Amino acid sequence: MKKILLGLAAAGLGTMLAFGTVATAEEAHNAAEPTHFPIKKPEEMNWTFAGPFGRYDKQQLQRGLKIYKEVCSACHSMNLVAFRSLAELGYSDAQIKAFAAEYEVPGEPNADGEPTTRKAIPADHFPSPYANPEAAAAANGGAVPPDFSLIAKARAVERGFPRFLIDIFTQYQEGGPDYIHALLTGFNETPPEGMQIPEGTHYNPFFIAAKSLKMAQPLQDGQVTYDDGSPQTLTQYSQDVAAFLMWAAEPHLEARKKTGFRVMLFLVLFAGLIYVAKRRIWSDVEH
Amino acid sequence: MSGGHSSYTPNSGIEKWFDARLPLPRLLYDSFVAYPVPRNLNYAYAFGGILAIMLVSQILTGVVLAMHYAASTGIAFNSVEKIMRDVNSGWLLRYLHSNGASMFFLAVYIHIFRGLYYGSYKAPRELLWILGVIILLLMMATAFMGYVLPWGQMSFWGATVITGFFTAFPIIGDPIQQLLLGGFAVDNPTLNRFFSLHYLLPFMIAGVVVLHVWALHVTGQTNPTGIEVKSKTDTVAFTPYATVKDAFGLVLFLILFAYFVFYLPNFMGHPDNYIQADSLKTPAHIVPEWYFLPFYAMLRAITFNIGPINSKLGGVLTMFGSIAILFLVPWLDTSKVRSAVYRPWYKLFFWIFVANAIMLGWLGSRPAEGLYVVFSQLGTAYYFGFFIVLMPLLGLVETPRRLPNSITEAVLAKTKGGGRPVGVTAAPETKG
Repeated sequence: MKKILLGLAAAGLGTMLAFGTVATAEEAHNAAEPTHFPIKKPEEMNWTFAGPFGRYDKQQLQRGLKIYKEVCSACHSMNLVAFRSLAELGYSDAQIKAFAAEYEVPGEPNADGEPTTRKAIPADHFPSPYANPEAAAAANGGAVPPDFSLIAKARAVERGFPRFLIDIFTQYQEGGPDYIHALLTGFNETPPEGMQIPEGTHYNPFFIAAKSLKMAQPLQDGQVTYDDGSPQTLTQYSQDVAAFLMWAAEPHLEARKKTGFRVMLFLVLFAGLIYVAKRRIWSDVEH
Repeated sequence: MSGGHSSYTPNSGIEKWFDARLPLPRLLYDSFVAYPVPRNLNYAYAFGGILAIMLVSQILTGVVLAMHYAASTGIAFNSVEKIMRDVNSGWLLRYLHSNGASMFFLAVYIHIFRGLYYGSYKAPRELLWILGVIILLLMMATAFMGYVLPWGQMSFWGATVITGFFTAFPIIGDPIQQLLLGGFAVDNPTLNRFFSLHYLLPFMIAGVVVLHVWALHVTGQTNPTGIEVKSKTDTVAFTPYATVKDAFGLVLFLILFAYFVFYLPNFMGHPDNYIQADSLKTPAHIVPEWYFLPFYAMLRAITFNIGPINSKLGGVLTMFGSIAILFLVPWLDTSKVRSAVYRPWYKLFFWIFVANAIMLGWLGSRPAEGLYVVFSQLGTAYYFGFFIVLMPLLGLVETPRRLPNSITEAVLAKTKGGGRPVGVTAAPETKG
């Protein structure tokens, strides 16, 4: 067994050396015409939901919802999230009912067969601000604003070697929120000299797919009024909305981590018991 | 070994009644209680049992997931999200199933490496090994089709790329691809047949597993020394000895599994698969799941034409060849000694092979450009060279270390000085 472990270590070391050689041999980036995106890696923020005991901060999620509703939802749908699930943010049934009623959704056809709309109920999902994807594209210079239900899990900047291995031990799963925060706060940067920014797009070194994107800076300092006394700054807004979108993408994160703790505790104790039993059973056999 | 007489004696009335009609208790007793296993098995031998449990786990979670899944391009993606959000413990089932696939492959690769290290494929276990390779092939097909079902971007484009491989074959290529897809592009017929096959193949795997275990119980297990069992002192009874040891290995493995399910459930997945499939938007890099990456690297390593074979067909043949060659391993190895423990050179090249496989996996995740291609080509050359050149050659030129006469002798030599009075066991060369 020791030899196997030693062998594994040797194999790992050899592989790492090979990795290093290849990685350093990668072509140097051209600052004006980069080929790999994003140009800058997102900063790792502190999230309350990170780590084995991570929990959502309900106050933060409520602030994030406010930003989504007042700013993002003008263009971005969130069609997998039902109003009823807002109960997890600490809202009462009556509050959710009132919240849902602010939205209009397609209703049943009337007696003459004409399409109607009605006020949304808690069972409805956040509706799209556009009638169809074509309308969304037309209103946004040809780019459909992505749906936000899963955006926090659908975007993550590649971590690279060896960080992706370290991530296993640090349980880093917050690439999505880190990316959202970086993107929202990254519009103020000026492009490097000589870089051509296509007409109708906005430079953002944190954008995952290109040097610039169709969306203009959506959030500014002081844009949304908080009623809980939190700072009304861009960086606070970006973190709040990123946390909210993480909840939207992974609503059962808390249950998962709580269950996980119990399961791990059980498995570790069980492993200890079996090990003791194994020692007893094998004590009369040399092996 | 099952060649021996059954040691089962029915005690109660009901056992006797059964034994006279359907001796199932006898079969189970002889296979999983009295079955003798070498006493020197280490934890590398626990992966067979772990794999059996993983197969059962995948089937159980999969059957429940199928109750909530809808195989139709319009609603497949949302039906999976419905499982994640609204089905009771649906998130748990789905994360168990998706991470379970990764764990299944992790375990099967360790199981295969263990077989290569200890020479488990050598006579008389050739069929046992070949059945194992068939299971690996079925697993790969199942996993690939399962990855298409959530109908995310990587599902769609992975399916497009992988089914596209078949078009590399002249004449028969296009008809095969159209048969796989049920049309000319990945669409609803593809999703439906993949769902059907994804549900079917695990049961075929289970069938081959029965044959695999049957073949194992005919020849008996190998062991780290590679010496066949010669006497009763070489073995212990499966229960309780192997059962409790396997159980401990299994629980350690489950800790790793649970760690990923509960704390890193999306670590092995690709973020793009949380975007619904869109036939008009190609992802920047189409990458398969991690367990296919070494083969993907070998596919892309062939960037040149070889005579009439163009680079595309060459790549596909290389990829299929990398699995096909495993079927020949029992006859490629010319060594008379089974275990790498007594083969210093084979041991060295084996560990290089492991490192090379990991390197190929990493290269498979990189874009096919610049030095990555060169390294992929070197890695591919070593992969095939290991089987075609090193295995036959080493057996002829290598001088193995002296083999112990029996498993018992090897075990006692190893534990000597550990459990015996000092003096009795002191080696002669340390005296005086």
